[in-house]
Amino acid sequence: MAVLSPTQPAPARGRPPGRAPRRVGFSQRLGRWDVKLSPYLYISPFFVLFAVTGLFPLVYTAFVSVHQWNLLGGQGEFVGLQNYADVLDQPIFWRSLVNTVSIFVLSSVPQVLLAITIAALLDQNLRAATFWRMGVLVPYIVAPVAVSMIFGRMFADQYGLVNGLIGIVGIDPVGWHSDRLASHVAIATIVNYRWTGYNALIFLAAMQAVPRELYEAAVIDGAGRVRQFFSVTVPQIRATIIFVVITSTIGGLQIFDEVRMYDAAGLGGPSKNWMTTVLYLYDVAWGNQKNFGRAAAVAWILFVLIIAIGMINFLLTRRISTSGPSTPKVGRRHTRALLERARAAGSATTTPPAAGPAPGAGAPPSGGARAGAARAGTTPEEDR
Amino acid sequence: MLSSTRPTGRSRRLAAATAGIASLTLALTACGSGSDDGSGSDAESASGEISLTVATFNNFGYTDELLARYEAENPGVTVEHVTAARSEDARTNLTTKLAAGGEGLADIEAIEVDWLPELTQYPDLFTDLSDPELEGRWLDWKVEQATTPDGKLIGYGTDIGPEAICYRADLFEAAGLPSDREEVAELLGGADATWEDYFEVGRQFVESSDSAWFDGATPTYQGMINQVMDAYEDPATGEPKDLASNTVVKDLYDQVVQAAVTDGLSAGLEQWGGDWDAAFQNDGFATMLCPAWMTGPIEERAGGVDGWDVADVFPGGGGNWGGSFLTVPASGAHTEEAKKLAAWLTAPAQQIAAFESAGTFPSQLEAQASEQVQSFTNGFFSDAPVGKIFSARAQAIEGAPFKGPNYFSIHQSVQNALLRVDVTKEQDAEAAWQGALEEFASLGL
Repeated sequence: MAVLSPTQPAPARGRPPGRAPRRVGFSQRLGRWDVKLSPYLYISPFFVLFAVTGLFPLVYTAFVSVHQWNLLGGQGEFVGLQNYADVLDQPIFWRSLVNTVSIFVLSSVPQVLLAITIAALLDQNLRAATFWRMGVLVPYIVAPVAVSMIFGRMFADQYGLVNGLIGIVGIDPVGWHSDRLASHVAIATIVNYRWTGYNALIFLAAMQAVPRELYEAAVIDGAGRVRQFFSVTVPQIRATIIFVVITSTIGGLQIFDEVRMYDAAGLGGPSKNWMTTVLYLYDVAWGNQKNFGRAAAVAWILFVLIIAIGMINFLLTRRISTSGPSTPKVGRRHTRALLERARAAGSATTTPPAAGPAPGAGAPPSGGARAGAARAGTTPEEDR
Repeated sequence: MLSSTRPTGRSRRLAAATAGIASLTLALTACGSGSDDGSGSDAESASGEISLTVATFNNFGYTDELLARYEAENPGVTVEHVTAARSEDARTNLTTKLAAGGEGLADIEAIEVDWLPELTQYPDLFTDLSDPELEGRWLDWKVEQATTPDGKLIGYGTDIGPEAICYRADLFEAAGLPSDREEVAELLGGADATWEDYFEVGRQFVESSDSAWFDGATPTYQGMINQVMDAYEDPATGEPKDLASNTVVKDLYDQVVQAAVTDGLSAGLEQWGGDWDAAFQNDGFATMLCPAWMTGPIEERAGGVDGWDVADVFPGGGGNWGGSFLTVPASGAHTEEAKKLAAWLTAPAQQIAAFESAGTFPSQLEAQASEQVQSFTNGFFSDAPVGKIFSARAQAIEGAPFKGPNYFSIHQSVQNALLRVDVTKEQDAEAAWQGALEEFASLGL
């Protein structure tokens, strides 16, 4: 865009001088609009689609949640925040929340750690690398309902495969459907089976993009494999780790298929031992209650909760995967210094800066600063 | 947005990250809700031909040949049949589309008797099917079930589930009990069998066998509660009864817990679960309450196991479990034609054909008395004359219990208590009952 737009005024020069200024002015303005608006236009299809399929349901759910609303009977009276109060008052809601967080922790934490380990192994020089890389993705292409049904049978209490196997080594059968924690472990296993390979491939893609010179430099500095992994690989793929942690947070807090298919009734067991919040939402809306108003309130509570936990994860992950607590500070100071220097250099050579940050003039220094900051942020060695 | 290397303020970055996570949440959430089958309807061609869609679930026994016969008898009508694998899927599909104003519903939607309490609250969603010409076609209580308080008939009965006792003759023999189906019927108390008779024989059986007597406490309780005409609600007002002071329910609960857990008659299984499926191959239990349609699921799971048989007896008199109806949603484009087709499909001749193909026991008096049904035997159940047996069991049914809008919510809380005692064994009888009372209280009735 930026390359194309200055060429547009050029043909106008050949036109009669009387009309030229206006023409030039307009096409210049057009050009500026082009530069400013086009990028947004180009990405707008996604946001238009998103507004229809994401934003509208969200707003409409909020509308439903402040009304009495029966699945079959439709909209009833306006009740304000009564539905929210009712939901927060239900012990089952809180139980489902604890279950959700427990299953989420039991699945996401081992999942991310395992995925990053598998990715590190796959990043080595392996024979038939594509075979191994595709191999870890196989569980992902199996339908989640099928996976859950198979695992549900494997984790059956009386005639299940898992209890049969641990019986061979002399361990007492585990009540996969009666003990609360055991059921969470079983469900987390189903989730991990499906998602670990998928996340491993995302990590692998990020690891492949790490410049090999960094490893060479690390080897020269005497770093072993483990040290390379923690000092080079992990900081380099930080953005990917954040992405995976946040997507698995969102997925983990919305677990449904696995718990729905875990037993015959699909409603979290007689004591609601493995009823997750999404399953609770489903039961409120389509179960015996048929209460859409309350279900919409659950949906909104869950939405806010996911954002909150996502934020916590975002902040935590940033901390964990940068190599020292002081690094970001140094990086920012460094950035500012670079920025100052670039400004100073810019004002010395080109037109006075008093004219204000015209888009053309402002771009190079800030771009340079950004590149500098990127380097400063990701390779802390330079700062020391 | 998430790379966070831009030299901006911390708060702005935090806001950007929040927005990013929020939009990611939304985008991923939006992916979660999938659309389902296209049970499209009424494609009308220029020549005035109409197309009717029939939506059923599991196996109603409506074969392609049967539907082709209707098309041949009624030129200009094509019938399309869509089936859902599980009734739960069909139920979600039906209720969701009813809520959406009927868009995308089939012209004829099959329903289970258990869905009626909620559907009869909205009779306007369905076409009134009452027709003086069809009076006397069905058992009286079958028609009553689908009749709304203001006298509208919203469904034509298809099948019913008269209950008998299915048992393993080989396990009976090994335990020293008579195994012939007439003798077993007599052993369990014959025409006036009681639940105590059934449990007493069970106690004798488990003493000399490794297998349990019945599959689980919940199906047994289901059979018992289905004989109580006003179990959880007052039929006159529809108001739910207080569970804590409901002595009828509590007595049945105590009786079934005593038999299942204290006396050890139960195999501790939940129906339709993985363990239940596996128990058929592992001699898990010797008897089970057996509505007519249950013969199919038993055969599916117990393939290769010899010895299953059906005895013409049921504790506490007759009992009905399940059964279905055909409804015509009012939003359909051809409700008159759909009503005609529904009446044809539920006519005795067609229901006999369905019984022969899928084992769904007819609710039509004429069909029950027919030669085809009376002489029908089931090879898997040691050639038992199931047509004759289930007809006799159907005659023992005195009526259908009242099930109001809150029936299944309350029933669920008692069932959950039984599961905690019998299947997961995490609580004793009294603690589990207290749990049921808490669950009942949280319903806010």
